[in-house]
Amino acid sequence: MSVDLTLIIAIGVLVACGTTLVLERSLTRILVGFVLLGNGVNLFFIVASGPPGAAPIVRDNGERMADPLPQAMALTAIVITLGVTAFGLALAYRTWQLEGHDDVQDDLEDALVIRRAERDDLSASFDEVDESLPEEEGADLPAVDDEVTDENAETADDEPHNDGAPDAGGTR
Amino acid sequence: MITLVAAHLLAAAAAPALVRLLDRRAFLVLALVPAASFAWLLPKVVAGDLVTQEISWVPGLGLDISLRLGEVSGPFSLLVTGVGALVLFYCGWYFKPGDTELWRFSAVFTAFAGAMLGLVLSDNVYVLYIFWELTTVLSYLLVGHNPERRANRRAAMNALLVTTFGGLAMLAGLVILHLTSGTPLLSEIVAAPPEATVTVQIAVALALVGAVSKSALVPFHFWLPGAMAAPTPVSAYLHAAAMVKAGIFLVAVLAPAYADLAWWRPTLATLGIVTMVIGGLRALRQYDVKLLLAYGTVSQLGFLTLIASIGTRSAAIAGLAMVVAHALFKSTLFLVVGIIDRSAGTRDLRDLSGLWRLLPWPFAAAVVAGASMAGIPPVFGFVAKEAVLASIEDLGADTGAGWGAVALGGIVVGTILTVAYTARFVWGAFATKADVPPCDIMRRSSWFVVSPVLLAAASLVAGFSGPWLTTILSRAGEAYPAGAHELELTLWHGVNLPLLLSLTTIVLGIALFVARRAVAATQHAITDRLPMPDAEQSYYAVIRGVERVSVELTGRVQRGSLPFYLGTIIVVLALLPGSMLIRAFVLDEGGLDVDLADRPAQVVIVALAVGAAIAAVRSRRRLRAVLLVGLTGYATAMLFVLHGAPDLALTQVLVETFLLVTFVLVLRRLPPFFSERPFTADRWVRIAAGVTVGTVVAGLALLTAASRIADPIGQEFAEPAVSYGGGYNIVNVTLVDIRAWDTLGELSVLVVAATGVASLIHLLTDRAERISRVPAGSGSQRWLQRLDAVRAERRSVVFEVVTRLVFHAVIVYSIFIMLIGHNEPGGGFAGGLIAGLALMVRYLVGGRQELDAAAPVDAGLVLGLGLATAALAGLLPTLLGGGVLQSAIVDIPLGPLGELHLVTSVFFDIGVYLVVIGLALDVLRSLGGGIDQHVADEDQAVGV
Repeated sequence: MSVDLTLIIAIGVLVACGTTLVLERSLTRILVGFVLLGNGVNLFFIVASGPPGAAPIVRDNGERMADPLPQAMALTAIVITLGVTAFGLALAYRTWQLEGHDDVQDDLEDALVIRRAERDDLSASFDEVDESLPEEEGADLPAVDDEVTDENAETADDEPHNDGAPDAGGTR
Repeated sequence: MITLVAAHLLAAAAAPALVRLLDRRAFLVLALVPAASFAWLLPKVVAGDLVTQEISWVPGLGLDISLRLGEVSGPFSLLVTGVGALVLFYCGWYFKPGDTELWRFSAVFTAFAGAMLGLVLSDNVYVLYIFWELTTVLSYLLVGHNPERRANRRAAMNALLVTTFGGLAMLAGLVILHLTSGTPLLSEIVAAPPEATVTVQIAVALALVGAVSKSALVPFHFWLPGAMAAPTPVSAYLHAAAMVKAGIFLVAVLAPAYADLAWWRPTLATLGIVTMVIGGLRALRQYDVKLLLAYGTVSQLGFLTLIASIGTRSAAIAGLAMVVAHALFKSTLFLVVGIIDRSAGTRDLRDLSGLWRLLPWPFAAAVVAGASMAGIPPVFGFVAKEAVLASIEDLGADTGAGWGAVALGGIVVGTILTVAYTARFVWGAFATKADVPPCDIMRRSSWFVVSPVLLAAASLVAGFSGPWLTTILSRAGEAYPAGAHELELTLWHGVNLPLLLSLTTIVLGIALFVARRAVAATQHAITDRLPMPDAEQSYYAVIRGVERVSVELTGRVQRGSLPFYLGTIIVVLALLPGSMLIRAFVLDEGGLDVDLADRPAQVVIVALAVGAAIAAVRSRRRLRAVLLVGLTGYATAMLFVLHGAPDLALTQVLVETFLLVTFVLVLRRLPPFFSERPFTADRWVRIAAGVTVGTVVAGLALLTAASRIADPIGQEFAEPAVSYGGGYNIVNVTLVDIRAWDTLGELSVLVVAATGVASLIHLLTDRAERISRVPAGSGSQRWLQRLDAVRAERRSVVFEVVTRLVFHAVIVYSIFIMLIGHNEPGGGFAGGLIAGLALMVRYLVGGRQELDAAAPVDAGLVLGLGLATAALAGLLPTLLGGGVLQSAIVDIPLGPLGELHLVTSVFFDIGVYLVVIGLALDVLRSLGGGIDQHVADEDQAVGV
């Protein structure tokens, strides 16, 4: 099938410009790039769908129609672009309102995780296990090794008694 | 049978309302459901009826709800429903009146009973797995009943992780079994087991991992004592009678087919005995009587697994008898502990004294159940234990295994420990201890003791009904060849080896109890000196390791930088499709057939688009960049027209216009220039990335278009579009009919985006008050009313008047465009955008007030109405006998006016139309009116 070179060039340039802008920090630029990318990709759909033709509206004149399926897909994409860009603009405005600029910052939480990883640390939500085993019979008896027993007895006193459920079902 | 399970789940759904109505007495109503199920199941199980039920669900996956009330599942289902009913009844007095968490607990507990019943009744492996994991999740919720205590949280999490891990292993095993045997039904797999290849053996082993973890065998035993953090009814039901039996159930079901595998019996017997002994030893050292029972349960589960895995006729019967006995006595004991806990306020046996006199009924129940646990006649536990010993005695004769004596020895050791910790329990909970002051107790309702007393009575009655139970339980043995002796459950077999062993264990066990101080000291002396491998510590080490790996991995992968993520995508795009692209061009033999342009006008338009795009990248002014990008949008629209896509072009032009104004609305607040950027290497990297991606994508476009050999599939749409969709505009019919699900999804995205825009501007303002999206004050309805809101120097009377004159015509036109869309270019999107633009012009003329006058509705309402209309229009055809989102064509005769040709998808398009208007309204109210408000507020603040 013969390919329309001008359309290919249009796709290439739109996508290239869009990508360049999307890599920026300024949210306005990113959104401009996003719209450019959208236009380029929609054109791609149309080019990939085959040669041009008559509008895909059923008439009895026997004219060859353009492929309707990618058109329906691209139509959806265009409207979604509108919705997403509007949301991005609201974000840009909000950032400007709070920070005085519309630059996309690196995520602080992620930076914290990276720092934890560098320190070979655990995650913030990790519940470290304490050795709160319930008291057991015999732990307080004079066993063969006095030192060990004393330690056991002490830790046993320090720890909250493992009383399980009675209050679990109780009132607050 | 599915009705029984469903009834439980329905009861669970109704439970919160019942609790609100009846408080803790709601449990009495809920108990009726398992009680009724028990009543329905009982005659069938007693008569030995085989009941099966099959409900088609996902036949393609072999996933049908196949339920089977068979030889093994019968007794199990009776336990689940019977004990369930009694425990629910008991809950009616266990909890304090007015407990605020009861609504959740009652629902989860009832649902658990249903899931457990479903588990033992399922015959399909996948349904079994689903119920299995349901019990896991519900158990997690029940153990974590009081999530404010850290111990509860951890116990719940451990139980969840361990049993889910096992469940997943089991799923893998079950899938392999399904695939190798060709049937997903357990009964069929067991009846004609696939040849025991290595694969099948691995599958069986994986399934056993599930069983071992669920039934808390070594090395997974540690989750069960932790789970005692749950309220006592949960411990009695889940962790004694029902859920932990699931593993034993699975072992018992698989044993007929696989007990003869070389490793089956030795592995499970070893695990069982080790668990039995370890559990017994730990139980002997506990002060908390509930924990004592928990370790006792671990021990007993080892015992049960051992006997269920033997796989001879007599062992199968004895195992089932032992399961019944254990469920009865262990739930009794837990319920008694609950009563002690509620009456005396402690479960520490060092603080309990003299309760036998104060709580005579619970004491009696505990003595009977304890006797059953220790295997003392004439209670059912004794009968069952005798049967077990007899069947192990016959092990050599029945299977040829030479290690029967070893197993017997292990069981004897375990049983001695059982007797000892039983004695410790009864003594610890009830005895009058010389050195402990007698307890004061709170008197409880006598209904509180009904359940444990009934369960204890059942243990006693069953002890005397051995012959009758033999006929019921021995059906499970028919899957095996007859053994050396016919097993009979009875109190008196004459003097034989089992009886002698029983007597020995009782005597030695009591001796062990009497010498408890010395025994405990010895135990500790040994564990202190010998570093024992501790399953729990290893588990925590693994969890810690996983946590570390996840932090490292997250740190590496989740950099939190947008350019980093996009860069990754770009590199992948350039490397993978890019390299394939180069390869394709190198290998290409035929050469590409390239035209300069199909239509000459394209050259000019593309030149325009390219120029505008490049200028947009170079622009330092925000507004200029946006205008240039709008230019590329219009150029794209023209290319669409030339290609034969009028719908697309129409939508593109409308969207581009709307977007342009939206951009301007926001940009009026942002600085006119982009922030000053040094001309650094960064920028060249970005440009290089852009050029690379552009080249790759253009190359892909070239290649895909050039490689087309088939006719586009869309060509086939024409005929069905007319005959089924009832429209001539194929693109629109595609949107509202052929691919209507897509459109419905897209509408949801639009609703979310619109709501997001509104929330960002309105709801999160630094002024705490919530600003309504509903227009304030309707004002006068006078036509061509004077605009007071706009300052005189900004007003343009001509603009105002023309806008108002034209507005209504444009709205009518937008509806027209929407309606003709089925046959001509147009449709809901285009119509909605036209209406949105009309509203936008009204806003530009007179600001917020003018917009509110033009559309005095809440944007959220319009969005919701649109989405609802589209969804209902999708459902409408089902009433006319079609599928969801199928178009129905109705011709309504209108007398002399002819016929109205009505396609139901028109309503879908109306939904689309409304959603788009809602989006436009939200954008205008937020980015237009909302920002105006912020500006006004700031001006005011400055003025003050």
